[in-house]
Amino acid sequence: MNIEVRGVTKAFGGFVALRDLSLTVPSGELVALLGPSGSGKTTLLRVIAGLAAPDAGQVLFDGRDTTARSARDRRIGFVFQHYALFKHMSVFENVAFGLRVRPRDRRLPEAAIREKVTALLRLVQVDWLADRRPSELSGGQRQRVALARALAVEPSVLLLDEPFGSLDAKVRLELRRWLRRLHDEMHITSAFVTHDQDEALEVADRVVVLNEGRVEQTGTPEEVYDHPATPFVYQFLGSVNLFRGRIEAGRTLIGDGAVALPGPAPAAAGSAAVYVRPHLLEIHRHPEGESHFKAVVGRLVPSGAVVRVELTTEWGESVQVEASRERARSLELRTGEEVFLVPHDVKVFHHPGR
Amino acid sequence: MSRHRLVRVALTAAALAFLGLFLALPLAAVFAKALERGAGAYADALRDPDARAAVRLTLATAAVAVPLNTLFGLCAAWAAAKFEFRGKRLLMTCMDLPFSVSPVVSGLLFVLLFGARGLFGPYLAAHGVKVLYAFPAIVLATLFVTVPFVARELIPLMEAQGTEEEEAAVTLGASGWQTLWRVTLPNVKWGLLYGVILCNARAMGEFGAVSVVSGHIRGQTTTLPLHVEILYNEYQPVAAFAAASLLALLALVTLALKALVEWKSGETARATRRPA
Amino acid sequence: MAARRVLPGFGLSLGLTVLYLGLVVLVPLSTLALTAAGLSWDQLWAAAAPRALAAYRLSLGCAFGAALLNAGAGLLVAWVLVRYPFPGRRLVDALVDLPFALPTAVAGITLAALYSENGWVGARLAALGLKVAYTPLGIVVALTFVGLPFVVRTVQPVLEELDPEAEDAACSLGATRSQTFFKVLLPELRPALLTGFTLAFARGLGEYGSVIFIAGNMPLKTEIAPLLIMIKLEQYDVAGATAVALVFLLASFSLLFGLHLLQGRGARAAAPRRLPREDAA
Repeated sequence: MNIEVRGVTKAFGGFVALRDLSLTVPSGELVALLGPSGSGKTTLLRVIAGLAAPDAGQVLFDGRDTTARSARDRRIGFVFQHYALFKHMSVFENVAFGLRVRPRDRRLPEAAIREKVTALLRLVQVDWLADRRPSELSGGQRQRVALARALAVEPSVLLLDEPFGSLDAKVRLELRRWLRRLHDEMHITSAFVTHDQDEALEVADRVVVLNEGRVEQTGTPEEVYDHPATPFVYQFLGSVNLFRGRIEAGRTLIGDGAVALPGPAPAAAGSAAVYVRPHLLEIHRHPEGESHFKAVVGRLVPSGAVVRVELTTEWGESVQVEASRERARSLELRTGEEVFLVPHDVKVFHHPGR
Repeated sequence: MSRHRLVRVALTAAALAFLGLFLALPLAAVFAKALERGAGAYADALRDPDARAAVRLTLATAAVAVPLNTLFGLCAAWAAAKFEFRGKRLLMTCMDLPFSVSPVVSGLLFVLLFGARGLFGPYLAAHGVKVLYAFPAIVLATLFVTVPFVARELIPLMEAQGTEEEEAAVTLGASGWQTLWRVTLPNVKWGLLYGVILCNARAMGEFGAVSVVSGHIRGQTTTLPLHVEILYNEYQPVAAFAAASLLALLALVTLALKALVEWKSGETARATRRPA
Repeated sequence: MAARRVLPGFGLSLGLTVLYLGLVVLVPLSTLALTAAGLSWDQLWAAAAPRALAAYRLSLGCAFGAALLNAGAGLLVAWVLVRYPFPGRRLVDALVDLPFALPTAVAGITLAALYSENGWVGARLAALGLKVAYTPLGIVVALTFVGLPFVVRTVQPVLEELDPEAEDAACSLGATRSQTFFKVLLPELRPALLTGFTLAFARGLGEYGSVIFIAGNMPLKTEIAPLLIMIKLEQYDVAGATAVALVFLLASFSLLFGLHLLQGRGARAAAPRRLPREDAA
């Protein structure tokens, strides 16, 4: 089922959660709605589900307008952030719920319901917990039950709100790989909301980056990470250094015009915001290549496999560089030393407002 | 340390003495007074036809008022706890009004409505319908004073539950009734039961409002509390306390059920608390 | 376009709620205003007769006194129930709700019997020269009985939530026990205490059943306002009863409104508020 959102606007009192937002979720894909809190991503998911009514705009399933249909009739599976399992029912009954509330003429016989629920519980690997209450399960187990419950009604669309949000780091990693594998087997059109860029980049076929109720960029994980369309996307996906600079005669200059950066610059001249990811800056003892500038080493912070080096450029902007441990060790950096930084890949945007 | 203990013992003793004097002693006195002349006199007082009529009237009143106010409570709680709308606070305030009106004034309202010179009095009299000083007025006055009980128990409880489980039920294809029966009510059943118990206790025990509208016709419009009053004012203490003991038993049952409900809902709360 | 609701039944449940409230509560209440508007000045003036004024004063005074007594005793009971576990505590805790569950008429005749001069308690007090039944003191006793759970049940949950670490911290900073109580505990408990006091006071103002048996009901001395309304009704003086009811209602409402204002910010901050849905952080 292909989902299309057309020009949706939704406000809560004075707070505008979605502004004239449009997007498409292609049939069979797993799409991440990625954005910071307040970006409207959960609201968007609820509008698609029919759990929130848009103030304006349309939601289309396979080209048919479903805006006026209730959540009950949309054939969606919704996995809530806090799972929303029915507290007073066993795991089995939770999963069976959607099958039991069907109108009598469409309801499966009891034996078929049992068979189906058991199969689903086996699929999400919690069949041994069938008789437990939700309160007796761990967070990861609840998440699996919530997913099985949503799948039981054979939805044509699966929507997940921060599916890994309330899990601890290890379970989160494990579950997101598992979700990806599950999607590869079932191919249900799916959308999930997350504020975690790693999660979005790792799990999704396609990432929609949201900010202040608008779509900033849509693309494959590689596209949005390697070719961010806006400064916001660049900043939101991973850490980043920002330099103020100028565009002049097809070249980008930073550091009061002293340093010219490699690569093509935007055609129009003017102020520029220059972004460089910390791992794409290289530290050298001596000047290297055409484009390099001096900086003074501040703090050295070991962080896992890399060392984060905080420096100050000669014109006074602060910079972060990530170097591998070996590289840092061979450089024998010390606080207060002067080194040369070489940018390998920069992204130049026209500076807004000037 | 020893001074701390002393303070503790002294405060506990003071609190228990106060509660003993003000709560336990009166409760014990009801039964002691009722049995003052022995079990025979007690049984005679309860076998009296007027006493039986009073019990019947009290049960009949509660049988009408409690289900109606329970349905109201469910409706009001569904609207107020699961939806946001303008005027909600006003609605809640209106709901609580009967609590801040004196029972006697509550009764007076129905005299003003249905009395001989009341708003509907002449019309009703012309059509030979008796409301005031009869069963309908007793029921209406009881309804008025017990309106908030169930709603007040349910609303905070259902608000605390949120709407996620209901939304989940709807996305799974449940209808409104199925959602209410299978998801919402099982989650609030103990609170509902408690509200119904309280509503019932007040409905059976209401005195002031019912006293105004009943007319005190023996054997016909006297509820159990009014029966107690009449006997007491006629200097029949044993009979009065015998009848009162029935109401005191009702109170004890109410308290016991309340303790049970608290224990049960506490158990549920403990069971559903998310592990850290 | 009106926002569509996700959960079904909003219109039905709200409609029924408003209809029912209108029929059972609002129509009767508005009748009081309607009738009062039709009263002549003379009829209204009857509500300011000396007998009526004495009744208002008595009702207000006794309700205030009882609520004050309950604030103290209720705080003590709540404190002991929360902080000092003792055998039978659950039973005592359950007993606190007795005044909610016991019909007022039963409480009334029992207290009257206990505190009359030949009652169990009254006889002992009479020996000390203290007369309770058929005096304003008797009214205070009845209203104390009726109002006790209000204070205990509002203070108790706050006390349970209170972190004993704050008291330990005060102790570690050199505060004495009484300093800790007055400077650390009492400010935390004040909003709940005031709420409990207000509830007990409001209940006491209108209370009828538990009072009339112990009060003696002497005009100008021990006749409470609700009883005066009752007496006027028994004399078929509906207009007089309405006037007294109206004046008494207005007086108590404005008093309670004042107390609500006094509670002000503390109570409002404590009230749980639901936030609009938004993306979770």
